Amino acid sequence: MRIINKKLQSPARFVLGAIPFVALIATYTFASHIRRAENPADKLLPSLEAMGNAFYRMAFVADKRSGDYLLWVDTIDSLVRLGSGIAVSTIFALVLGIGIGFIPHIRASLAPFVSAISLIPPITILPILFIVFGLGELSKIMLIVVGTMPVMVRSMAQAVIDIPREMIIKAETLGASVWQMITRVVLPQTLPQLIMSIRLGLVPAWIFLISAEAIASTSGLGYRIFLVRRFLAMDVILPYVLWITLLAFLIDRLLLALSKRAFRWHHLSGESL
Amino acid sequence: MSISPKISVSAVSKHYDSVPILERVNLDVETGNFCTIVGASGCGKSTFLRLLLSQELPTRGTIELDGQVLPDEPTPNRGIVFQRYSTFPHLSVEENLILGDEFEQSRTLGRLFGNARNKSREKVQDTLQKIGLYEARNKYPSQLSGGMQQRLAIAQALLKEPEVLLLDEPFGALDPGIRQDMHELLLGLWEELSMTIFMVTHDIAEAFKLGTRLLVFDKIRHDPDEPSAFGATITYDLPLAEKHNQPPPDAHDLFGKPAK
Repeated sequence: MRIINKKLQSPARFVLGAIPFVALIATYTFASHIRRAENPADKLLPSLEAMGNAFYRMAFVADKRSGDYLLWVDTIDSLVRLGSGIAVSTIFALVLGIGIGFIPHIRASLAPFVSAISLIPPITILPILFIVFGLGELSKIMLIVVGTMPVMVRSMAQAVIDIPREMIIKAETLGASVWQMITRVVLPQTLPQLIMSIRLGLVPAWIFLISAEAIASTSGLGYRIFLVRRFLAMDVILPYVLWITLLAFLIDRLLLALSKRAFRWHHLSGESL
Repeated sequence: MSISPKISVSAVSKHYDSVPILERVNLDVETGNFCTIVGASGCGKSTFLRLLLSQELPTRGTIELDGQVLPDEPTPNRGIVFQRYSTFPHLSVEENLILGDEFEQSRTLGRLFGNARNKSREKVQDTLQKIGLYEARNKYPSQLSGGMQQRLAIAQALLKEPEVLLLDEPFGALDPGIRQDMHELLLGLWEELSMTIFMVTHDIAEAFKLGTRLLVFDKIRHDPDEPSAFGATITYDLPLAEKHNQPPPDAHDLFGKPAK
């Protein structure tokens, strides 16, 4: 039988999926063991136990100076920034995406502009944002907006354009006005794509969040890992990286689950990643 | 006394980027006719249907409905069923059917709630039974077979009670057996509602079986050096009043000969 026709049973699939993770952890433990055998005070590759202790300290022991539980404060601050930025981008993606995709005049006047804006490397805007909006929350949120909005707008506009013309014509013959076509045909058909573009937008959003926090902030996950970098505190940095990855993964899965639940018609055929 | 035609097409041409597709098409069709349109691929029969729908506008000439020039965009008095994408995939069968009501009665939201919605749902129960989709009323179109989807598309178009129904190869993707059932359904609805129907098909037998009038689109003039130099027009216009008594003629006789 050809290899592309093999169907994997669930234990085999689980084992195959686990292999890269196990290999990575095993390699790390081995390398860490060798380094610490040479120098017990090694900071670069701390033991799993040391990382566990550091994570426990960040999460469940109040900080001596501020009395806060740092991991949770960092997480909440970062998620609020991420969420605000993505929310603003989503609203723009909806309004501009449908406008550009559906109304010829808006498309003619805004599509080239959005395409041009989306080519500006967002991080180059950061100094401008700091100057204009100061070093507070607003400039961090704005960086996420600038970094994610143009791409999300374009993907929404494309989703609207991709609605088969036959469906729009059919709605017209059923007597729909432009507004009714937007609320009953265009919007519901493109909402699954909106969730997809949020999921894709979250990837650069995390990058810009961490960058902004690293450069000018007094809290947040990005701020923390760049702060402890000064002390080579890999036992804090590595668990934080894992924690950020876990958060990103959970948000992504949550959005996928939401899409599957709310737009069942969209997921009836084919696999979704 | 002459009956004024329902649809009157006079000297219509359609060019795409100056390439002629249709040339000098003239046609008068009375109310209640079932016109079937056949022709080779790319001969402009679907273009003609799109002109009747105002999905596209003629380059020259006019099309009149009841003596009035057609508006520039699709309107509810002309219903349409396409080969694909005719139903809304995000709405269940029942929601697809009440959508027309919702557009009409709720101008701002396009959505009905409570009593108004129930009333509209009751209205479509008969339709659901007639097209055999009552059991499937809560399913999405992609969960239905091709034949069921087209029954839904036809019913959805007919609920607006259009004066003219346009069908663009509606059964092209269906199995022969299912096509047979669809013919029965369509002829029944046509007799009941006394609409004027235009149907594009590539199946000659289907065209003869369903139509009261058969229109053949083909090119009259050919330039061997430049095949796209001339557009097509109606080369045959056959009344099929006694269609059930005569066997369908050989398809090859219909093409390639100019009209007398």
